[in-house]
Amino acid sequence: EGEEEEEEVYDNDENITSEEEEEEDERKHQKLLEAISSLGAKRKKTLGERSEAAVQMSEFTVTAEGERDRVDLSDLIGSMEKTPGVTSRTKKQLKNLQKDNKTIESPLSRQETDRIQRDVAFQKAATEVTKWKGVIKQNQRAEQLIFPLNREPSGPKPIERVVTSWKAHTPLEEEILLPALQKARALQSYYEAKARRARKIKSKAYHKVHNKAKRKEFLKRSMRLELNKIEMARMQERMSLKHQNSGKWAKSKVIMGKYDLVARKAMQQQLEVNKDLTQKIVTSLNAEEEEEEEEGGDAEVLPDFVNDAEQAVDPSNPWMRGKLSEDPTEKDMIVDLTAEEEVKEPEEEVLLREFDERRKQRQAQEAEAQITVEEEDDDEEEEEEDKAADEEEAELSVFTSLFREKAEAAADVTDTSAQLEEGLTRIRTLEDVELLSVPQEEAAADEAPLPPPPAENPPPVPQKREAAKPKKRKRAIELKEVLTKEPKVIQVPLAPTVEDAEDADEPLDQRGLIKEAFAGDDVVADFLKDKRKQEDAGKPKVVDLTLPGWGEWGGTGLKPSRSKRRRFRTKAVPPPPRKDQRLPSVIISENRNSAVRLHQVNSLPFPFQNHSQFESTIRSPLGRTWNTERTVKKNIKPKVVTQMGAIIEPMAREELLKDKRPAAGRGGRGGRGGRGGRGGRGGRGGRGVDSQRRHIRDKRAEK
Amino acid sequence: MKVKVLSRNPDDYVRETKYDIQRVPRNYDPTLHPFEVCREYTQALNSTKLDRVFAKPFLASLDGHRDGVNCMAKHTSSLSTLLSGSCDGEVKVWNLTKHECVRTLQAHEGFVRGMVVRHCGTSFFTVGDDKTIKQWKMEAPGYGEEEEPLNTILGKTVFTGLDHHQKDAVFATCGQQVDIWDEQRSSPIRSFTWGVDSFSAVRFNPVETELLASCASDRSIVLYDMRESAPLKKVIMTMRSNTLCWNPMEAYHFTCSNEDYNLYTYDMRYLDRPMTVHMDHVSAVLDVDYSPTGKEFVSASFDKTVRIFPKENGHSREVYHTKRMQHVICVKWSADNKYILSGSDEMNIRLWKANASEKLGVLAPREKQASNYSQKLKEKFQHHPQIRRIARHRHLPKNIFHESKELRIMKEARRRKERNVRKHSKPGAVPVVSEKEKHVVTVVK
Repeated sequence: EGEEEEEEVYDNDENITSEEEEEEDERKHQKLLEAISSLGAKRKKTLGERSEAAVQMSEFTVTAEGERDRVDLSDLIGSMEKTPGVTSRTKKQLKNLQKDNKTIESPLSRQETDRIQRDVAFQKAATEVTKWKGVIKQNQRAEQLIFPLNREPSGPKPIERVVTSWKAHTPLEEEILLPALQKARALQSYYEAKARRARKIKSKAYHKVHNKAKRKEFLKRSMRLELNKIEMARMQERMSLKHQNSGKWAKSKVIMGKYDLVARKAMQQQLEVNKDLTQKIVTSLNAEEEEEEEEGGDAEVLPDFVNDAEQAVDPSNPWMRGKLSEDPTEKDMIVDLTAEEEVKEPEEEVLLREFDERRKQRQAQEAEAQITVEEEDDDEEEEEEDKAADEEEAELSVFTSLFREKAEAAADVTDTSAQLEEGLTRIRTLEDVELLSVPQEEAAADEAPLPPPPAENPPPVPQKREAAKPKKRKRAIELKEVLTKEPKVIQVPLAPTVEDAEDADEPLDQRGLIKEAFAGDDVVADFLKDKRKQEDAGKPKVVDLTLPGWGEWGGTGLKPSRSKRRRFRTKAVPPPPRKDQRLPSVIISENRNSAVRLHQVNSLPFPFQNHSQFESTIRSPLGRTWNTERTVKKNIKPKVVTQMGAIIEPMAREELLKDKRPAAGRGGRGGRGGRGGRGGRGGRGGRGVDSQRRHIRDKRAEK
Repeated sequence: MKVKVLSRNPDDYVRETKYDIQRVPRNYDPTLHPFEVCREYTQALNSTKLDRVFAKPFLASLDGHRDGVNCMAKHTSSLSTLLSGSCDGEVKVWNLTKHECVRTLQAHEGFVRGMVVRHCGTSFFTVGDDKTIKQWKMEAPGYGEEEEPLNTILGKTVFTGLDHHQKDAVFATCGQQVDIWDEQRSSPIRSFTWGVDSFSAVRFNPVETELLASCASDRSIVLYDMRESAPLKKVIMTMRSNTLCWNPMEAYHFTCSNEDYNLYTYDMRYLDRPMTVHMDHVSAVLDVDYSPTGKEFVSASFDKTVRIFPKENGHSREVYHTKRMQHVICVKWSADNKYILSGSDEMNIRLWKANASEKLGVLAPREKQASNYSQKLKEKFQHHPQIRRIARHRHLPKNIFHESKELRIMKEARRRKERNVRKHSKPGAVPVVSEKEKHVVTVVK
């Protein structure tokens, strides 16, 4: 069947080719007919004919010739049924189409499509722009904005960044810049290579040569020379006070040392250096001999106090005095020096000899004391057994206890430093003069020519006596306890002593003087009167508006009736209680001061929500009279800072990226500033006017 | 006898090095420093007064033009350079530090309508009444060279405004339609029309750089996206807007200067109602420019004054005028936020300080701290009547003073009438229309 159809189609084609001329004739004929018909009757609308492919095709120019020849969908489907290749699904769809009689909606008008397009574009632009909301909000809230926003840190920049930051804007610049860049790069690589080579040279040959030389030198030098050098250093060290922490620098470090760990360390290092340098090195006999010789030569050492000239600025200031004694290492050194060296100077020798003698004496005394104490102890035990008390014995016991104390003190003293030792031995001798027997007095007499004690140390003798007294009393009380009879209590009126009377007189006189001076005026009474007056003035007054004679009989001696009086008497409402009602010594005026009112705010200003907010902002002072320096700096930070001569570019897209990053990065530009100051009103000044106002604004925004 | 004397630890009062600040012991006990509010109030009052005493904003007048100054352009990279175009087609380049003209060129026949410096600062564009767009080199021609434009484009109609893209080699002109041009081509790459016959100004958004806005003579402000084929939206107001300026720090805010004596700050996303209405001028506002910090803007008006408005305030904080300054046609805020430049009808360009009483030049740290402190005090006590009175006091020319008074009376009368009408009509029949909504006719999508 298919083949037959094809044949038919071919036949048709042939027909078309053969009939072309006939058709043309027909068309001409028809046109002619149309022209003729149009001449007579109403004009028929002529439709344009399509003759060639046009760029723009109008729906009005399409001709629909031969209404009857229109191809229907059913015709096409009919042929479809016969073709085997078409799937059933397609057939079904086509059938559905045939059933459906709906027409497709006509396209929207151009105005409408344009509007939709515009709307879509606007929505897109709006969402894009809304991305900036975060940045804008943040900048509005920022305590301080510093423009230009993307400032580069000042100071030198690395060459790489400078080179890469060059940008050619025009082709001409590019033309110039490219070779320049190449040259810069070439130069850079050349210098790098050179530097590398130089380093290499140093690492091989240079070091080899140097090592050789060093070894030679080392060999050349003998041990002796080396040691000499060390000895020399030691000598110098001992001669000088360089590392003894007594110089200016060291003193400053002592002060700094309280606050600074580094300074303290530096001080310790100094001392260690000193220690290292002064240490004796025992190597060979020769070296030692030399050392001894040298020691004999360099023994001249300045006393330490030479360096302490500055210390004597203010001897009365305990802070200044405390300085030296605080440094234990120094003192140790002094002691060491005196102990180690056999001082050649006569004075010091004498002193040392005295020290020795005293030491020996002390030891002897201690030995004696020990023996006596033991003896006394024995005696006491006997006494306890006997339970009998004699005055002599009591005295003796007191004496022994005192003596024991002395001995203990002496033992303590030997432990402490040599300087203190001097004073204490002397004290003991003084006591001995009073208390002890002849041979000890003699010993004291030996020590008498010693230099007098420094004025600063008060003579402790009376203290010692006081210390002795309670012991005596204690003994007396024990004696009283033995007595069974109770003492009679006689009440005697207290009579002021002479001294007391003198003390008491003065204020009395003062009071009297004041009384005398203000004899006439009674201030308190005046005040009370004044207050009462003010109170009365504040009280509402009764207004009496009664008029005699109205509605009643009039005449002399006639009073308006009670009912009338009640009617026309107006009583005002009592005012609220006065503020000073319960404060007897205060008058608080509650009147308005019109002069002040001129300077006061009438209504609540805009950003504030209530009066207390506004008042608290006003109440917190900003200035440095009331706030710490740091708080003030924070308080007076201006909101916008611009730099003269710096061009402020519009907001760049980088800000948006910066905003997307965690907020920590942007904290620097907003309000950094630490917490407010420590003291006084630091905390109060901390919350500034601005921050509070901002807070209020934010709250409003939330609402 | 032992005498006790007062002694202090030198650590407490001796500084460690001579470069340390002397320690001044202070006691912050509030009882020792009473009356803090009163004392600070007095200081604030004094500094407010001093502020007025030192308010001398006028710096210099640049004369040389032979006709009214019609447009100005800031240099993008040099603060001391200013360009100005006059009504006779002349363009002058000024050195602001020396107060002198460094270059003059006859750019157009007729008005120079618009002028803009390319973002790199090496060349600038001008448009004029002779239907041409010209590009000029920023450097003056060498000896013997003739003053010639780098590029000239002849358009079909008169161009009334011009602006350059923030980064790309693209610029926009306006006239019968808004055109987007590529610098390399002689025909526009895009043209926008929306049923209006002419535009008075076009401005690129400096932050969202592909967006732009224009003011049209049919009282509308139209928004565009350079990448789209059609405009985005437009708002029609009761009167025509002359110019507009985008906020350089806030991508979606712009302010337009209107013929109805007001300025309007809009959020471009919500055009149906301006964010703020800025009133104070007593005649048409001709130009507006934002401060580079985006916190304030300056406006030039036909009433012969220049006013500075904080961007969120309805009223101006400052008004500048001189006896000889006529209608101010163009105004610019310098890129370092310190100066204002105004070009006016009587052929002069004037240089003003942006903060009238600010001390220019380098400040010592203590001076700076003192000024910051007084500034904060003024802020703190700004609501107090005496301080507000002094801070707000300005001398105005007689005619402006009376004009503003008259306007106030008129406004009050209108309000009273409306109130009365409302009172005598059915409740809800006469709705309350806020000042912001009053000036917007419609938003066209």
